[in-house]
Formats: sequence, C-alpha cells, structure tokens
Amino acid sequence: MTGLSRRRILGSLAAGSVALAAPSIVRAGAGSARVVIVGGGFGGATAARYLKLRAPQLRVTLIEPARRFYTCPFSNLYLAGLRSWESIGHGYDGLRGAGVELVHAQAEDVDTRLRTVRLSTGQTLGWDRLVLSPGVDMRWNALEGYDEAASLLAPHAWKAGPQTQLLRRQMEAMEQGGTFVMVIPENPFRCPPGPYERAAMLAHYFSRHNPRAKILLLDAKDNFSKKGLFQQGWKALYGDMIEWVGLTDDGQVTRVDAKALEVQTAFGQVHKASVLNVIPPQKAGFIAERAGVVDASGWVPVKAESFETQRVAGIYALGDATIAAPMPKSAFVANTQAKLAAAAIVAELTGRVPPVASYANTCYSLLAPGYGISVAGVYRAEQGGIAEVPGSGGVSPANADAAFRAAEAAYGESWYAAICADIWGR
Amino acid sequence: MRAEKAGLRIFKRFLMAFSQLFVRSFIALVGMGLFLAGPARAADLSDDSASILAGNCVNCHGPSGRSLSAIPTIRGVNEEQLRVRLMAFREGRDAGVTVMTRLMKGYDADQIAALAKWFAKDRAP
Repeated sequence: MTGLSRRRILGSLAAGSVALAAPSIVRAGAGSARVVIVGGGFGGATAARYLKLRAPQLRVTLIEPARRFYTCPFSNLYLAGLRSWESIGHGYDGLRGAGVELVHAQAEDVDTRLRTVRLSTGQTLGWDRLVLSPGVDMRWNALEGYDEAASLLAPHAWKAGPQTQLLRRQMEAMEQGGTFVMVIPENPFRCPPGPYERAAMLAHYFSRHNPRAKILLLDAKDNFSKKGLFQQGWKALYGDMIEWVGLTDDGQVTRVDAKALEVQTAFGQVHKASVLNVIPPQKAGFIAERAGVVDASGWVPVKAESFETQRVAGIYALGDATIAAPMPKSAFVANTQAKLAAAAIVAELTGRVPPVASYANTCYSLLAPGYGISVAGVYRAEQGGIAEVPGSGGVSPANADAAFRAAEAAYGESWYAAICADIWGR
Repeated sequence: MRAEKAGLRIFKRFLMAFSQLFVRSFIALVGMGLFLAGPARAADLSDDSASILAGNCVNCHGPSGRSLSAIPTIRGVNEEQLRVRLMAFREGRDAGVTVMTRLMKGYDADQIAALAKWFAKDRAP
C-alpha cells in the first residue's frame, strides 16, 4: 500500500492521460495512487469530489465521523427560525456516487514516515497524499473558566450540531426582557462576520418572541468584518436591541462563570446574562497537531500555490485550519482552496505542470429576511504568500437601497444551494 | 380615478421598456468598444488553470455553471457575449450589480477571456 513509488504512480496515471488525451481530466490507469482526506466539510468534501472528477482512477477515501454534516453557514438562520435543522444537513450519498470511499470514523493519529492514518475504529489506512481539512477546535481554558463542561451551560454553537440546538432551546426558554450575552474572540477565528450575523438573527427571533430582550456583544477587538454595514442594519432593523461593546470600551472578556452565567471583562466589569453564548479562541483541528503540520500559533502554515503544508511534504491542509490570510476562514474560501489543492495533487502525481493558483471569497450575511450584505475578494499566490488581487473585492455599498439588500439576501440563499450541490449534491 | 391609474401603468411600462432598451444598447456599445480594442488571449492559460478560475464561479452559479436558483446560469452562454458582460462588470459599467463588479476586478482580460471560453463549452466542471 504505502510502498507505492512515485514512479509507479506517475507511470500509471500519466500513461492513461496521454493515451486518452483528455487535457483537463486525467484518466489514470489501474493500480493508481491513494489520497486520504480527513474531514468532510466544505474543504475536505470538495477536495474528495474534485480529485475524483480530475482523476477518476485515483483512489479517494474521505474520513468523516458524521453520517450527516450540518453546516455552520446558515446555522444562524436556524437559530432565527428561518431554516429547519434538516435543511442545513447534508449526507454523503452524492460523494459515494461520485466514487469516493467514505469511512465514518474519527482520525486519531498520523504517521508521516509510514504514511498512514489511524482511525478510532482501530483501522489504519495508508496514503500517498494526505489532505487535512479538520476545521477548528476550541482552545479550552484559553479564556479562564471556559472549558468543554462550561460549553454545556454556555454554548459556543460555533460548530453546527448539538451546540447549535442547545443555544436555540436556551433562546426559546429565555425570560421576557432578559439579556443575551455573546462573547466574541480576537482574530483569527472561524467565520469573521458570523457573530454579527448571529446578533441580527437573534434580534429577528427576539423581536417576534421576546420584544423587550437585549443582546449584548462583548468583543475582544475594535473592528470586525462588514462593521459599518452591520451597525447600520442592526439600528435600522432592530433599534436599540443590539449593543456592541468593543475592546476600547472594555468589551474584552477575560473570565467566564458558566454556572452563574456571568462574565468579567479586562477592567473588572461583571455582566450577568440570561443566556450566555461564548465563542472562544480557536486553533486547527487536533489531527493537524498529531500530523505535526501546525506552527506555534496553533494553525497550519501552507504553500500559497498548492496548499501543501510547509512542514510535511505530501500532506495538504485546507480551510479554517490553515494560515491563509488575507483570505478569511470561510466556507467559500475552503471550497476554492480544495479545488486548487485537488488540481495540484493530480498535477504532481502525473508529472504535469501545476495550475496557476486562484482563490475567491463571497460571504453573505443575512440581517433580516430580505436584507443581506456581502464581502468578496479574489486572491492569488504571490512571492511565497497569498495576496488579494489589488482593486478586487470589498463590501456592499453603505448607501444601497432596499432592492440591493433584498437581492443580496436572495443571492445568499442561492449561494448556499449552489455550493452545497457542488460539494454534497448531484 | 380608474383611467388615471391605467394611464400611470402605461407610463410605467413605457419607462421600463425605454430603460431596458437603453441598457441593452449600452451593453452592445461597450461590447463593440472591447472588440475594437482587440481580442483577449484566452489561449495563454492552460486548461487546468482555466478550470481553477471557473471553480471560483460555480460556488454561486451552480455545479458546472448550471444554476439552481435566481443566480444566472453561465454554462453554454455565447463566449463573446459572456466575455463582454464580464468585462463590463470589471469596468464597473453595469448598473444595479451587487457583487460581480467587486469580483471581476480580481481577474485580468486574459483570465476573463479564458472563463468565457470555459463556460461557453458544454462540459463537466
């Protein structure tokens, strides 16, 4: 399995590709290489699909514990009551149909010398190329008092699943006129506009079910994604329901008491919550640590032109786990990184010229039904790093009319349908 | 009262038709301008590289560029029409556009030509 030499892989893949003369899709011969992917989210599942599209003879194995994947994108709409829980869940039959082998297990360890990955089932899989797309893990106790046990009382709801459903139940049970407190971390963290969209979606819910409720956002920074647009929208749609306190105004929380539902700020202010939502500092999913591809920051440095990790040859990393600034940690970005990495892996295995890297992002945020905003960017590899293409990207105009906001709300829905079909559907 | 409303309706329809005509001729003129400026060189980009650019588009425009929603389908659009439209987005000349202006500024004329060529053909991603 693991003894497959590069020459043999090259031979079998390249021979097929020349014989059939398919310029964009490599038609590999029999007995070809195996790529193992850890994580079936926006990065990993995209990589699996596009590896199979580009090189149908490649053996592609996707390791993902969940049989149904619930997306963080649109989980705020679930909190608001605008989407059902099942509407943000996606199964893996589409990928199976595309020829991807699914293994529903947890990846527990990586041996970079033997090129194997060990699973929670006790099984060990060999790989010629490994793709890690593990998302984020919470840094428990980086914020004093906030550990996994505390998250059962004060949910983070920053991985879509039981945490999201717990937060929704707490919202429903909140006393009339109560205060919802959200603790927001410094950069970098998953989905930079996410907390602020969540605030709007909470306000949408409360304005109908708990109109005297307050939403207090305690933020460890002074600036955030689409700040002007969010503040304008919050005010226009929900009056004074949402109060945002930034770093300069003592918004940084330094201690959490999940039992008492209290938080304390850097300057000693104590805020009492009716419902407490703590989004803690994060790091790359633990399998990245096990593989030895993270640096001191806890995230994975990657090569800008391929998303191969800088630390271990043959291991690629995608999505939120990577250091890819100025690209944000978004689903859209993970998907475009995965498409590039899939092409780079196939090019490498077949000795072809790798494609020129291009990445993009469009993040829609919904502030109310019919009121959407966006941020976009186009990126490329440049002098060993990633750079935004000058002049590209930016946020929706501040002075846009209602039709513009309505169009972006509709496009946000369309984006979700399209990207999910691109990855899990078909 | 009723006649007044009907009159208003007709006037509105006239206005709408006029503005559509205006937009269409504007796009056509822009297209001619670009044509005179010389064709872009889509051939310079490899097919693999073009497919990577196209991968950025299908996240919204649907798998292979076939839309499932309000966002337009781009698969199978006439190559030159698509190129001209994308260039107009890039130059910010298309009114009422939300995100396409911001995105297309991230691609040069050659990349845009490659995208138009890619989506004009009937094929898988």
